[in-house]
Formats: sequence, C-alpha cells, structure tokens
Amino acid sequence: MQTVLSEDQEQFKHVVQRFFDTHSTTTAVRKLAETETGFDPLVWAQLSETLGLPGTHLSEQYGGHGFGPVELGIILEEMGRTLYCGPFFSSAVMAGYALELFGDDAAKIERLPQIADGSIRATLILDDLNHPSRVGGLIKATPAGALTGSAPIVLDGCSADVFIIVAQEDSGLGLFALASKAQGVEVAAQDSIDMTRKVARVTLNQAAGTRVGSVSPQDLNRFWDLTSVALAHEMIGGAARLLDETVEYTKGRYQFGRPIGSFQALKHRCADLLMSLEFAKAATHHAGFCLAANAQETIYPSMAKAMAADCFMDMARAAIQLRGGIGFTWENDTHLWFKRAKCDEVLLGAPYQHRARMIDILQEAQDVA
Amino acid sequence: MSHDQIRAELEAFLDAEFSPDLSLVEWRKRLLAAGWAAPLWPAAYFGRDFSQAEALVVSQVFAERQIVGAAQVGPRRLAAETILAHGTSEQKLRYLPKILTGEHAWCQLFSEPGSGSDLAGASTRAERKADHWLINGQKVWNTSAHHADFGILVARSNWDLPKHQGLSYFLIDMRQPGVEVRPLKQMNGHASFNEVFLTDARVPLDDLVGGEGKGWAVATTTLSIERQGFARGRSQGAPAAASAGRVYEELARELEIDNEPYTWYPQREGRPDLIMQRAQDTGAIENDVVRQEIAKLICLTEAARISANQVSAHQKSGGQGVLPAGSIGKLGASVIARHAAHVHTMISGASAMLSGPDSAADGVIAETLISVPAISIAGGTDEIQRNIIAERVLGMPKEQRMDTGPFRDIPRNGQ
Repeated sequence: MQTVLSEDQEQFKHVVQRFFDTHSTTTAVRKLAETETGFDPLVWAQLSETLGLPGTHLSEQYGGHGFGPVELGIILEEMGRTLYCGPFFSSAVMAGYALELFGDDAAKIERLPQIADGSIRATLILDDLNHPSRVGGLIKATPAGALTGSAPIVLDGCSADVFIIVAQEDSGLGLFALASKAQGVEVAAQDSIDMTRKVARVTLNQAAGTRVGSVSPQDLNRFWDLTSVALAHEMIGGAARLLDETVEYTKGRYQFGRPIGSFQALKHRCADLLMSLEFAKAATHHAGFCLAANAQETIYPSMAKAMAADCFMDMARAAIQLRGGIGFTWENDTHLWFKRAKCDEVLLGAPYQHRARMIDILQEAQDVA
Repeated sequence: MSHDQIRAELEAFLDAEFSPDLSLVEWRKRLLAAGWAAPLWPAAYFGRDFSQAEALVVSQVFAERQIVGAAQVGPRRLAAETILAHGTSEQKLRYLPKILTGEHAWCQLFSEPGSGSDLAGASTRAERKADHWLINGQKVWNTSAHHADFGILVARSNWDLPKHQGLSYFLIDMRQPGVEVRPLKQMNGHASFNEVFLTDARVPLDDLVGGEGKGWAVATTTLSIERQGFARGRSQGAPAAASAGRVYEELARELEIDNEPYTWYPQREGRPDLIMQRAQDTGAIENDVVRQEIAKLICLTEAARISANQVSAHQKSGGQGVLPAGSIGKLGASVIARHAAHVHTMISGASAMLSGPDSAADGVIAETLISVPAISIAGGTDEIQRNIIAERVLGMPKEQRMDTGPFRDIPRNGQ
C-alpha cells in the first residue's frame, strides 16, 4: 500500500493546483455565491474538457480515467483550498460513485461517460445524509418505479440535469434515474449557511423513475466510505489554506507595538492547529491509500471524516478569532471557509457519528475473527 | 551491497564468531571489529556507512538469531551520537568503542535547578586552568547518573558573552571526588533521576567537544536525538535475554540496570494499548460516551503512527521541505497520554482511586494515572514544543527577548 504520493501524483497535484488558483479566486467565489446555480459553466467546461477531472476516479470501461480515491482526493484538496464552486462533488463524486457502485451495467454504459466528460451534470438524491443505515426512510418506490417522497438536502438540486435517486423498495433499496425536469418532480432551492455550495429540496410525487440498479448495505457502506474520504480531502484543503492565511495575518498585524504573531497565546494556538492539521492530513491520505488498495472495510474512512471535520471547524473558528473583529465581517473572506467547514462537518455524518461507526467496525471485525 | 549480500556476510560472521559462552564485552568487541555493532556509522568509526534500509537487514538478522547487539539503552546513545557528530577523531576513537561494548555507561548533565526549559541559561561554571577545566555547579534530572562512568556536560566557560555563546560542551569522568550523585524521588514514587553536585570537578582539556564557546550547537544535536526518541518511543534494541549462556546472562544484568529508570515510561505514555481490552472486559465499551472517547483516542494514536510513517517515507525518498516531525510527534505524544489517562479513568470509575493489589491491571493503570504529567515536561515541555513549531515551522515572529547582552547581566533565579 502507498504511504506518500507518487511522483506522477505530485505532478497531477501541481496541474490541478494551478487550475484552481487561476479559476477559483475569492473574487470568483464571491460572485458565484450570489448566483442561483452557484457555478461558472465556462470553468466547468474547462475542467471537464481540458483536464477531464470529473472522470478521474471512474472506470475506464465507462468513460472514466480509471484512477482512484487518491487522485480524486488530490482534486478535492485543491477544491477545498480554493473553495471551488461547482457541481463536481454532487455530479462526479456523489452521482458518479453511486452509479459506479450501485448501477447495473446498461445504466453505467449509458450514463457514466456523460458524467465523466462533464456533459451531463447529475446529482444524487439521498433522503438522509447522516448515516448509511437511515437511507430510504423518506423516498419510496413502487414496483413500477413510481417514486414518492422528499429529500430535504440535495446538492446542486436546482442546476442538475439528472437525478440519481436511492429509494426504498418492497425489499431493500433501489437506484433510479430521472430527468430533473420530469413530471412529478418539484425542486425548491434551500437557503444554506454555505452560499458556495447550493442545495435544494426535491419532492417526488409519483415520478416515473427508471430503475438503474440496487443498493446493498455493503455497497452503501463502501459508497459512504468513498464519498466521506473525498469530502475529508476537501476539508483538509480548506483547513490548510485557513492556517496559511491566518499565520500570515498574525505576522503582519501589529498591536502593542509588535506583530500579534509574536504573542505566545497565538503561537501556541497555531502550533496546536498545525498538529491537528498534520494528523487530519495523515488520516485522510491514509484512508485514500486504503480505499485504493482494497475493498475491505476499515476504520480509516470514518476516522478521516471525523478528524478532518473537527480540524476544519477548529481551524475556521481560530481563523476568525485570531483576526479579531475584522474576521467577523462579511467583507473578510474567512467566513466563506467557516461556512463551508460547518456544512462539511455534518454532510455525510457528523464527527460523532463517524467515531461511533469506527467502534462498530472494530467490534464487527472482532466478532468475525 | 545488496540486502542478500549483507545478510550472507553477516550470517557467515555470526557462524564463525558468535558463541553464547563469550563474555558480553568480548562478544561486542568482535562485533565492533567487524563493523556490525553500529552499521549506520561511518566505516572510519566502527561502522559500515549503511543506509537505514541496509541497517534494518542487520537488525532483522540479529532478531531472528537472537544475537546480542551493541549496548544502546539509555543516555549512552545520546553521548555516542553527539560525539560522532561533533567530537574530534581522538574523542571518537577513545570513547565510542566502550560505549558500544557497554563497558562505559553515560549520563546527561544539562538541566539545572535554575535552567530547565531555558537550557542555554546554564550557570554551572567551567574555568580553564593550565591543564584542565575546573567545574563547579549543580545539575538535575540526570537519568542513570548513579551508574554512569562518564557524563555529557554543558557548562558556562564565559560570562561576558551572550548566553548561547558562553557555553561549552564537555565529556566528564563521573568517577572522581568532585562529583556527587543523589537520587531524586518523583511524584509517582520512582527515583529515575538524580541531582549531580559538581565541586571542583576536573575535565582534561582534550575532553572539550566542538570547541570553547560552541557548546550550544553541540547540545542542540543531543537534544534533537533525544526528541526523536520521545516521538518514536524507546527502542529496547536487544533480544529477549531468555536464552542460556554467559553472554545472555550478562546482557540480562546490563538491561536490568539500564532499563530500571524506564520501567514506568510506558505508563507515562498513557497505555493506550490497554484501552480496548479493558473497555471490553469491564463492559464500559457499551457506553456511548466511552465509545466516543475511545474513538477519539484511536484517531490520535493512529494518526500519530501514520504521520510518523509518512514522514519517514518522505525522508527516505529524498523529499525536501520543512517537516514538523519531531516537535509535533512529541506534542502528539502528550495529547495521546492525557487522553488515554482520561479514558482509563472513565473505564475504571471509582476504582481509579486504588493503587494497591485490588487496582486495575496490577497497578499499571494507577501508575499510568500518576505518571502521564511527565511526558508533557521531559525532553522539552509542551509549551516549548509549541514555541518551536510556531517559530521554526510556521515562521511566526520570535518572542521579544529579555536575555540578550552579557550573560552576567541577565536576571537569574536566586539573585
């Protein structure tokens, strides 16, 4: 198993880094935050066509590039660092992984290439975003594929072309596809704390979905692991950016005749934050390497999600605190990351839920052994 | 040399030279002569210029065949590595062999009652006489000083220079009338350390390391080796002395003396390794709050382990850039120890009060609860580690100093 990034992966990271430094400036982020769809179609086209990013982690046989969680993590780390606004997580990660893991072959052949090349923006409708065991409580499917129910939080629900939906069937969970403009579909934008990632409520009323696969509990756990680790990468990217900028701020801000970064109270807090970041990064990268190496369930994905979430949120709190009053203003950029941190913290399970899951996994492993 | 060649040469050497009936010292002399005692060291000084990977082959063979290696437990390692880095050729030839054979035990004479975290504020006096240095002062926290033949000593040779520039680094013979060693009892009941009183003690002129006034640079090397040890955990570096034969019996005696100060060291690290089993045995694992705290502990211990692996993989691949490894590892060890003690307490409940025969794990847990404060202090306090991380890794501005100018003018304790 890998321990550190390979040379090729480091090079890929530089390419991705350059792209988002250029195309996801805070000026662009602020502008997109004020729009309804929350993304720039031109940048989306570029990252899809020039760099082929949405297909990075998807299988080559379905139009992807056949890389894995590590390369996807590299992309998301840079997206988190620059707070990229766009449907990458909803379409490439959530819908892409769902189809790849749950979809039947015909559906993958038909739909994944379009997700991989960015020509279709899909999103996944999960009626619960807290814990895999709770999925399927709100959306039901009849044997004929009529979908009824409501999901309160759908990422990029207002701008997606296609919905991929997990719904409860008579026995087990099924996977369905549905055009976002189909009959019986009602999409209502939700206000989110985080204006840089758009969410919507989607209500289905006897909507005629196409059944495209089934969702076994094992596959759903694997999906949860893959998406949680992807999100953890976004979080450590954001946290690293916050630490860099906060430390720079303390070097340049003078009070009592000296830079505030020379006060131990601030130094010690920054040192603790660096340790927490190094640990969260180690956990997240390790989780990516584990997922890439095998399909066996381990504690590491949940550990990564819990640690990255706590780290990002601690970092965001400190980033505001160490700036003092200016950090609490709308004009200062810090709140943009703070709000992303808050939403990422609870998306796909809060840290306490992932910690509980770690112990569950350890105990199950013991029972098997 | 390929790993197979190393293995073959070493196996042949062991077949020809090793016998359990040798005396410990005689065996180690043979190891030393063949360069197997310290394969990482330069060939000119008893080693083989091996890489970490090559040296690993050597330790694997030693472990497989239950071969006794060079003496390495305790402060003698700090002395050896420092002499290797800064000593003169004569010092290396004179002192290193008997460190490796275990004939000489060493201790570290750095901290003083008046200078703990501020190690460069040492005020033990070193006066240059015609044919020796005359040493006067007091040292403290000296592990194994009561068994030591020699000490690595930091003392002030010039009081008119700024404090870091007035220090010199010496190798001092502990078996002389001017050196008095007294044990120091700690809050956990052990006495792993000593106070050392130096009264007109003498150091030959040849036993100055790194040059007069260069003591701080040399001491920094010792301290960084010490910190690595804290971050990595203490390696015992010797096979289980269970086999029969003179060499094993002598090793067992040596280890008993060498390891005695460290018997409680696993406890100061919080014993996170015992948590899961205890939580299951007591049923505490069923409690949701305990589960959360255990998971937090696993996050910390696993992340610290993974992070250390990633750092060493990065270094092996020749990676560049500042890596905050040492200080972060040490700070992490403190956080882990505190949290582990907290979880042990949750698991024990009221019986955490007990330290006698009825206490958990035969007193190990009680000893853990009263030993963890040490890990945040020894080898550089958490606060000092945070300063190092903030200033050297994050590049934050240095604290304003009150201790510039001639050392004699700086306010000190007891003045």
